[in-house]
Amino acid sequence: MDVLTQNFSLYGRGLLGTVQLTVYASLLALALGVLMAAFRVAPVASLRAFGTAWVTVLRNTPLTLLFFAVMLGLPRFGLILPFTAFAVLALGCYTSAFICEAVRSGINTVPVGQGEAARSLGMTFEQTLGAVVLPQAFRAVIPPVGSTLIALAKNSAIAGSFSVTELLGTYKPLNEMGYSIIWSFVWIAVGYLLVTLTISAIFTVLEKRWGVPR
Amino acid sequence: MAVGEPLIELRNVNKYFGALHVLQDIDLTVGRGEVVVVIGPSGSGKSTLCRTINRLETIQSGSIVVDGRPLPEEGRDLARLRAEVGMVFQSFNLFAHRTVLDNLMLAQVKVRKRGKAEAQRRARELLDRVGLADQADKYPAQLSGGQQQRVAIARALAMDPKVMLFDEPTSALDPEMINEVLEVMRQLARDGMTMAVVTHEMGFARYAANRVIFMDDDRIVEDRSPEEFFKAPESARARDFLSKILKH
Repeated sequence: MDVLTQNFSLYGRGLLGTVQLTVYASLLALALGVLMAAFRVAPVASLRAFGTAWVTVLRNTPLTLLFFAVMLGLPRFGLILPFTAFAVLALGCYTSAFICEAVRSGINTVPVGQGEAARSLGMTFEQTLGAVVLPQAFRAVIPPVGSTLIALAKNSAIAGSFSVTELLGTYKPLNEMGYSIIWSFVWIAVGYLLVTLTISAIFTVLEKRWGVPR
Repeated sequence: MAVGEPLIELRNVNKYFGALHVLQDIDLTVGRGEVVVVIGPSGSGKSTLCRTINRLETIQSGSIVVDGRPLPEEGRDLARLRAEVGMVFQSFNLFAHRTVLDNLMLAQVKVRKRGKAEAQRRARELLDRVGLADQADKYPAQLSGGQQQRVAIARALAMDPKVMLFDEPTSALDPEMINEVLEVMRQLARDGMTMAVVTHEMGFARYAANRVIFMDDDRIVEDRSPEEFFKAPESARARDFLSKILKH
């Protein structure tokens, strides 16, 4: 217990770092994921190809490798950002591939006739997707998107190895100060639980409110 | 009813599903104000024909002209044309996540760019016309099949289309609900709407149509007035078809 009370601000900064990474990367992943899902069902072949390539590359790259690519690669092209921003970029892009596939499977649960009816009324592809298909797909994708964002929260631990302040990284200074490694990690685990259970709770509420009624 | 100049013209239309030749050399003209009913056995290509007219199905060769303009490729021009061509589906396809009123307003606002108030006024007017004014705030799943189909017709009419396509509008309905939908369609026909109707309802074909198209094996076999067609079909295939469905 002493570990926590005596190092509350250290844990607090770590938790805040993890929450920031999770929130910003989630927003990026959701935006990119929905956009890529739209690309993958678009009537334009080049957009479909781009979406497929995006998913294939990002989903099949180990996240650590992606972090290296972003942190070491982008500065070579003159893009220099704070480490946290790079971490958000890597996490967000990586997770967007999984969000894209969840949204796409949601789109596939919407009967074809819904889209046909919208198009037969003169709605464009964007209007059909935005006003008719996605709102109905949204209900079906709440559970898998929740799981994906929980995975994102835990994946954010990798950022600690790249000089970003986050929760897992707090074990290093604690260890150096001679605290019990076990108790250090117990409180780190509790911190992650706080984040992931909050995400779970948010998605449970969303599902109650918007989920597919049975 | 005077039948005007051609509104829909199909010339030499061919369509394949892979190796399957599902529309063969189709020539068909629908004049302004005309009611054309397409009948024929299942799998004869009637629904596919209907769906090519607003390009829900693409064709491999031939030409389709709607209101003097060739059917555009995918894109905004096609969307604009579809707004002029109302379509009613066998499975209703009402937007499941929207109320009845919203179903009628959505495309008016998004496509016709009408204001909310005007769209709602038009929607209520049409719901009243199909006898469903009191159902405006319900969701589609809360309505019977016949009611859903009448809402679907009203939704298409809300765009003020030049022509209405009906793709087996009563085939998914319980027998006792068929008539309420046909009555709405008969009223539309009397009001002078141009209609292309794929159906198995011979009563509607006989009394509401200006022309009957009989399709079999992916081609048009007969194209005549309903009196002539039902009294003395020319082809053996049509005689056989009629004898099977009119006996009972």
